[in-house]
Amino acid sequence: MTLYILCFILFLVGLYGLLISRNIIKMVISLTIVEVSIFLMLILIGYVSGGIAPVVFDSQVLENKLVVDPLPQTMVLTAIVIALATNSMILTMAIRIYKKYGTFDIHEISKLKG
Amino acid sequence: MDDRTLILFIVLPFLAAFSIPLINLVSEKAKTFVVAIVSLVLMVLSVQLVVRSPESTLYIPGGWYPVENIPIGIHLLSDGLSRFMLLIVNTLAFFCAVFAIDYMKQYTGQKYFYTLFCLQLAGLNGVVLAGDMFNLFVFMEVAAKSSYALVAFGVKRTEIEASFKYQVMGGLASLFMLFGITMLYWMTSTLNMADISLVLRTSEIDHGNTIRFAQLFLLAGISIKAAMIPFHAWLPDAHSSAPSPISAMLSGVVIKALGIYVILRLFINVFEPDVFISQVFAVLGGISMSAGVILALGAWDLKRLLAYHSISQMGYVLLGVGIAMGVMASGGSPESVALTLTGALFHMINHAVFKGLLFLSAGSVEYATGTVNLKRMGGLARALPLTMAASFVASMAIAGIPPFNGFFSKFAIIIAAVQGGYYFRATLGIVVGVLTLASFLKFQRYAFFGRPDPGISIKEAPLLMKFSMVSLALLCLAMSLFIFPDIRAIFLDPAVRTLLESTDYAIKNLHP
Repeated sequence: MTLYILCFILFLVGLYGLLISRNIIKMVISLTIVEVSIFLMLILIGYVSGGIAPVVFDSQVLENKLVVDPLPQTMVLTAIVIALATNSMILTMAIRIYKKYGTFDIHEISKLKG
Repeated sequence: MDDRTLILFIVLPFLAAFSIPLINLVSEKAKTFVVAIVSLVLMVLSVQLVVRSPESTLYIPGGWYPVENIPIGIHLLSDGLSRFMLLIVNTLAFFCAVFAIDYMKQYTGQKYFYTLFCLQLAGLNGVVLAGDMFNLFVFMEVAAKSSYALVAFGVKRTEIEASFKYQVMGGLASLFMLFGITMLYWMTSTLNMADISLVLRTSEIDHGNTIRFAQLFLLAGISIKAAMIPFHAWLPDAHSSAPSPISAMLSGVVIKALGIYVILRLFINVFEPDVFISQVFAVLGGISMSAGVILALGAWDLKRLLAYHSISQMGYVLLGVGIAMGVMASGGSPESVALTLTGALFHMINHAVFKGLLFLSAGSVEYATGTVNLKRMGGLARALPLTMAASFVASMAIAGIPPFNGFFSKFAIIIAAVQGGYYFRATLGIVVGVLTLASFLKFQRYAFFGRPDPGISIKEAPLLMKFSMVSLALLCLAMSLFIFPDIRAIFLDPAVRTLLESTDYAIKNLHP
């Protein structure tokens, strides 16, 4: 249970960073922290203490053996690929913003007012 | 029962997306028509799906059929609601794609535009068809990523900034959704939505607050995606910065498929409707519709004005959904739930058509004058008679003037609110309708009447742009026919029935 709570705290740390930081690179880092906390959470949910990898060799049957849940692992792999796309895209925008405005400070950038 | 046409909705746009750069090598002109052709095919297919039969069908890619009634593969599911959404998505995509052929000539890097447009279409179709939570998330990301890139397509200062804002908020929303999905998987050990709903309704374990925790995270994520006030900050910037056909797609389809559709699917089909969540939706809807229209009254940027109205009109839909869920949860009569849901879904499809048309006519005005500032326009009535007629139809439709379609759907929602005893909400609906009319009269007055600005040279829109606008304007009128029971039975009733018989959702969709 402690691990789950720590994960959730990591989630909140990322969220806090996103809300509080003025530098757009720090915002991207905070977003990544939130991502990572959720990935950790997913892996933890699938983990069974003392379980083995759920791989079947030579049509062996996995009966009476403790195996970890493979589904969250595949989900995390997919989500990591998505996160890669997110991060590369948002960092591209950050570079473009720096070229246009000459600053990373979100308060100096805000031309648009919601 | 396999329905092979379903996979086409995802595969065709993906195929088109990545063949566009190749087609561009052969012929620069051919590539501009690819999206239009693909979305025309998909539109015909979706009409055929809607008309064919009301039974829900399933397609399981790769043949991973359920083992001992436990679903293990990816399910693409088409029931009444999915088909209804497919119809909206592909129809509007077709008209936007046709509009884009001429409109996008002013931009460079067109092949990337068409690629991204196809990816967005694929993502939206995927969201609507997905039968499991994780696919819903993945396709949502596909649609969202391409939208981020499309918003920044002009690479001007404001566009980059709007896109960055959209990415931060959209990214956070996706992560909230993922967290909610994680919690749901933890509780139910399954990702299939029908299976989740079955497990939640039949299990002996009382999940109690855990499920509320998951629901709140999903709710936060969807509210940002659907741009409910106070989560709306990204929408006016993003929708007004994108190229006009994309603004029409974002306002007309994206906030519905990623927002309202997911709300309907999750909170009515998957979870049992409950009073607390319904109150949240009704309050968010009420705030959105009134604050959105007030913000729109003060806007002078034409596209920004339209974007605020998207928030306001989605508020109507959400209000309807909230009322329907409330009546459902408290065990009210199915007739009044059906009326409310019909109103909400009807307003959703109407909004897709008239808001799409409004953004396209804003694009036409921008194409003609090079500005979206209402104060710098004026006297365009003579130069752009067709754009004026089209935008006038759309303005009257969104303001709820009979005989246009917007009147009937708003009327249904207001009547439903009165029937449910929510008099305040009904009054709010009427007041917001009047304010909407006021702000669209402002648009008409400043853009098309008055004296023309001598410093602006005006060119009339090309043929294909006209074609899109006229077709959508005719649709605005034609969709008023949905009030007749025979026509409603084809288009709206299957979707409403899917939501009404939410207990059958699991049983039907696990073993169709």
